[in-house]
Amino acid sequence: MSERAPPKRREWSWRSQAFRGLVYQVVALAVVVYAVWVLTENTLANMAARGIQSGFGFLAGPAGFDIGETLIPYDALDPYWYAFLVGILNTLRVAAIGIVLATILGTLLGVGRYSHNAIVRGICYAYVEFFRNVPVLLQLLMWYLALTDLFPPLYDAISLGGLFLLSNNGLVFPVPVWGRGQLLAGTSAVVGIVIAVIYRRWAQKRFEATGEARSMFWVPVALVVGLAFLGWLAGGAPTAWSTPKVDGLQVVGGATATPEFVAVLMGLVLYTSAFIAEIVRAGIASVSHGQVEAASSIGLSKSQSMRLVILPQALRVIIPPMTSQYLNLTKNSSLAVAIGYPDVVSIANTALNQTGRAVECIAIIMAVYLTTSLSTSAFMNWYNRRSAIKER
Amino acid sequence: MSTVFQPIQARPAPVRTEGLVPWIRANLFGGWVNSAITLAILALAVAAVPRLLDWSLLNAVFAPDANTCQAARGTGACWGVVVEKFRLIIFGRYPYGDQWRPEVATLLLVALLIISCIRRFWKPWLALVWVAVVPAYFVLMAGGVFGLERVTTDQWGGLPLTIMLATFGIVLAYPISIVVALGRRSHLPAIRSLCIVYIELIRGVPLISVLFMASFLFPLFMPVGKSPDVLVRVLVGITLFSAAYLAEVVRGGLQAIPKGQVEAAQSLGLTYWQTQRKIVLPQALAMVVPGIMNSFIAIFKDTSLVTIVSLYELTGALGLALNSDADWRPFKIEGYLFVAFIYFIFCFSMSRYSLWIEHQLGRSRTR
Repeated sequence: MSERAPPKRREWSWRSQAFRGLVYQVVALAVVVYAVWVLTENTLANMAARGIQSGFGFLAGPAGFDIGETLIPYDALDPYWYAFLVGILNTLRVAAIGIVLATILGTLLGVGRYSHNAIVRGICYAYVEFFRNVPVLLQLLMWYLALTDLFPPLYDAISLGGLFLLSNNGLVFPVPVWGRGQLLAGTSAVVGIVIAVIYRRWAQKRFEATGEARSMFWVPVALVVGLAFLGWLAGGAPTAWSTPKVDGLQVVGGATATPEFVAVLMGLVLYTSAFIAEIVRAGIASVSHGQVEAASSIGLSKSQSMRLVILPQALRVIIPPMTSQYLNLTKNSSLAVAIGYPDVVSIANTALNQTGRAVECIAIIMAVYLTTSLSTSAFMNWYNRRSAIKER
Repeated sequence: MSTVFQPIQARPAPVRTEGLVPWIRANLFGGWVNSAITLAILALAVAAVPRLLDWSLLNAVFAPDANTCQAARGTGACWGVVVEKFRLIIFGRYPYGDQWRPEVATLLLVALLIISCIRRFWKPWLALVWVAVVPAYFVLMAGGVFGLERVTTDQWGGLPLTIMLATFGIVLAYPISIVVALGRRSHLPAIRSLCIVYIELIRGVPLISVLFMASFLFPLFMPVGKSPDVLVRVLVGITLFSAAYLAEVVRGGLQAIPKGQVEAAQSLGLTYWQTQRKIVLPQALAMVVPGIMNSFIAIFKDTSLVTIVSLYELTGALGLALNSDADWRPFKIEGYLFVAFIYFIFCFSMSRYSLWIEHQLGRSRTR
């Protein structure tokens, strides 16, 4: 004879926590649904009253406006959705370059706070405090004004060694002429990276099994660089570069970074790197002194203890706030609209003014940023889990 | 067999490790790399500092005279532009004769903010002072009563607008954020999901898209024919935006409360709301004051974005003052530097306060 569990009783009374919870939830959902319904109703009524059309159909029509800089070929007859795509690519370009540069600069500044040299420490501190405490929009506007106002016009451009041209039209820099050699070099470098990763996996397994230490850094680097070099040689070792030259009122050759792009990039990088510097400083400070001492007592060299002991522990503290800084940088790139860099917000703004479809255009902006934010945080969460403390 | 007592040589005095000279030796000239860096930076400073001094002070023009400024262009800064356009930059389009009103109102608000930042005044009567000061602030700004001229909100501008948007943005967001943070930690799935969706939705989009929404979509959301004032719409947008960020700050505080506190409260028979009000929130909110302060600094800087939806706060007022004036427009960079200086003073002092209060609150936990 087995003891039966007491039957689960549902108490439909106000004293039951479960029942009250259910009521609260139903009320909350009802309020939200009602609010959304009222807002939709009002919006539809307003649109009907003002004669605004709705729907995403306009995306297929011709955009009819020009875009200052594009990564993919575009002209005014292309449809709206294509213009939005150009804008999204511009946003991603400035955000991606900005994240890389801000990370490098921010890390240098953060490590600089621990320099043995008092002047370096002071400069890093002053930099962080100044750039953190001035709005990023103001910084963008300042850089844009400085770039367009203080630099000479194109016919009077500052030439740096004949390779770079600096004027109020932006920065023109030399690029290699794209050919078979570069293509082969690029492909073989990718192959090299794949081989290097496989090699590192294998070397790690060997090390754990037998204790034989193999080079984990120089061999992979040699693999990648060597293969790229071989590919370049196989492609006929091309050395042609396209250097910029002023020809009357325009520049021939080279590639141009417009003042809008440079201003947005500088503003975002200088602002965000101040925050990253603080994060890196806090991360290093969080590793206890005992760790460093223990590392040197088991005979690790200074660089080994930095690489194997301090950084892995500091990274754990650094990664979560770093993620939100990357997201902030991406979101702040929307301020480019203030100085006319054609990012997705400024394209949407133009489209909004032309077609009057406010709901759709703002929905597109929000969708683009939400997708970027959520996918970035998903990736960083994955990376964070990988570098988190492995507990048994 | 007697040996004469021979004192051994006294050891040399230890090297001094305190004072100016040893500090310089350790921090500026310890090792040759360190010395090289010091010398390189000093050489750069010798080259750059005199030119900077020349430009910013010695050759600078302080008189509000466009011709002198034009003559000094390239060699000296023109601070005259700040003197000439001061009232326009600080107060925007507010009627010239009535500019004492935003001045008094803003000083009142700032004084109240400073008082609210001092721990000794964290008493119930502080809430009453807020209730008294806020209406006084709006009466002074908007007028229309007591013989004050009516000033519509589209004429408000400059520093008062910046301070007002930041202050009310945070103050209004505060209660919302507490409710949302509690909701995010609730056991009720529907309420928790609603709060998570709200927080992640807002935190995933830039402020500018929220401001676009405020200026383009809010009029559509209202009943036909009614459209709230642009300032109100922008303030609602900023409030909803900062509430999401503040909610995460508050949640951080809630998570730091040990579970035992809640369990102890439950074992005493306190209800959910009693537990939150009497046990959890007082501890959690005191813990997150530095985080709230940082949110306030962020919002203070972010108010500069409302210039994109054509409200002339500090950044926008500068454009208003200089863009249409051909004489002074070339000296906009000096104007920007001045505005940047104002922002810096405000944000830097607030971040110092935040550090100080963090230290104060941490004192109870250090043993």
